[in-house]
Amino acid sequence: MHFDKERVLGLLQKVKDPEIPAISVLELGVVRDVRVAANGDVQVTITPTYTGCPAMDVMAADIKKELHDAGIPSVKVELTLSPAWTTDWISDAGKRKLKDYGIAPPEHTADIRALKGGTPLVQCPQCHSTDTVMLSAFGSTACKALWKCNACLEPFDQFKCL
Amino acid sequence: MDIKEAQFIYTLRLADDLLILSQRLGEWCGHGPILEEDIALTNRALDHLGEARNLLTHAGQLEGKGRTEDDLAYLRMERGYTNVKMVELPNGDYATTMVRSFLFDAYHLPLMTGLLSSKDEQLAAIAGKSVKESTYHLRHSSDWVVRFGDGTAESHEKARSALNELWTFTGELFETDEVTEMLQKAGIAPDIAVIKEAWDKTVSAVLSQATLERPSDGFMATGGRKGLHTEHLGLILAEMQHVTRAYPGVEW
Repeated sequence: MHFDKERVLGLLQKVKDPEIPAISVLELGVVRDVRVAANGDVQVTITPTYTGCPAMDVMAADIKKELHDAGIPSVKVELTLSPAWTTDWISDAGKRKLKDYGIAPPEHTADIRALKGGTPLVQCPQCHSTDTVMLSAFGSTACKALWKCNACLEPFDQFKCL
Repeated sequence: MDIKEAQFIYTLRLADDLLILSQRLGEWCGHGPILEEDIALTNRALDHLGEARNLLTHAGQLEGKGRTEDDLAYLRMERGYTNVKMVELPNGDYATTMVRSFLFDAYHLPLMTGLLSSKDEQLAAIAGKSVKESTYHLRHSSDWVVRFGDGTAESHEKARSALNELWTFTGELFETDEVTEMLQKAGIAPDIAVIKEAWDKTVSAVLSQATLERPSDGFMATGGRKGLHTEHLGLILAEMQHVTRAYPGVEW
């Protein structure tokens, strides 16, 4: 039985980011291409969020496992660096899920404050106040910064704009 | 020397700077002055390491002898490493670590920006990722240089002393030779004079904000690009390569 691209995409939706299990590799925007050959072989092309992201190997292994388990015998996962991943590729559903998970989603790169090298306006994922302050540009993983909300006083992770 | 060989040497230099700096920054893991900085330095080490891995893999492919990133990282001796000496110096206190990172970041960002238009497409792709990350790095290290320099009398003195110690090691970043000249002509490497201009501008602006006096250029250390290092590199490699050397071919 051969799988078409739509079904492969459906399976990829089940593969989560190992460090942020709230969103899938599709919603994160790291899956750049899916090809199904005439003989049923599948090739998935992914791109790293951050150069040194240690989750990439796990993502590749998880993608292979999910597709193998669904009955696809030959799965190849290719890594590409160009074009470089941007937070703009996180889908709207992905951004919503990040927020529900307690991580402030990245602002759009077109945010004028971010463009000018200033501090972007970040909303607290808990109480939605924008009275927030960045504690450190480097957070629990390479892709996140550490923020604090001045209204509810809770610290929170922010997905850095890249 | 043919162009492929020059590309291999050049790419290896880029990789070695980052690999050794990453190894040094990683030493701060669990020893940072505050939790946020401990995390920041290990984050940076990880970014540098990721970039070094991509560059080493690419260098191995350019060489065409089947050497992998691991072969290049773990099976070369001191004389085979071509990083600048600045990155192998001991971390010292936090001011020394941050001033070094600042001097390096101010060079690395314009270098990677220049490589965006390299005719070596893989190098341009690696630079594309690096530019985004290096922007964060430079912002972070600049902030600390200003905080130390324009802080207390003690922090100012520590930053001043670190800057004077490290200044001797900044000349190596802008050295040119047969390799860089050949690659610049071929449109693979950017013009180092342009990088130096950007570096000068950033360094002067940040030091002035930090109320630190820019040291004058005197004697400059050299030799790293030819594999001539300080005694510190051997100790870094001894630690970094220990497992591979003790258990050849080990996998986990």
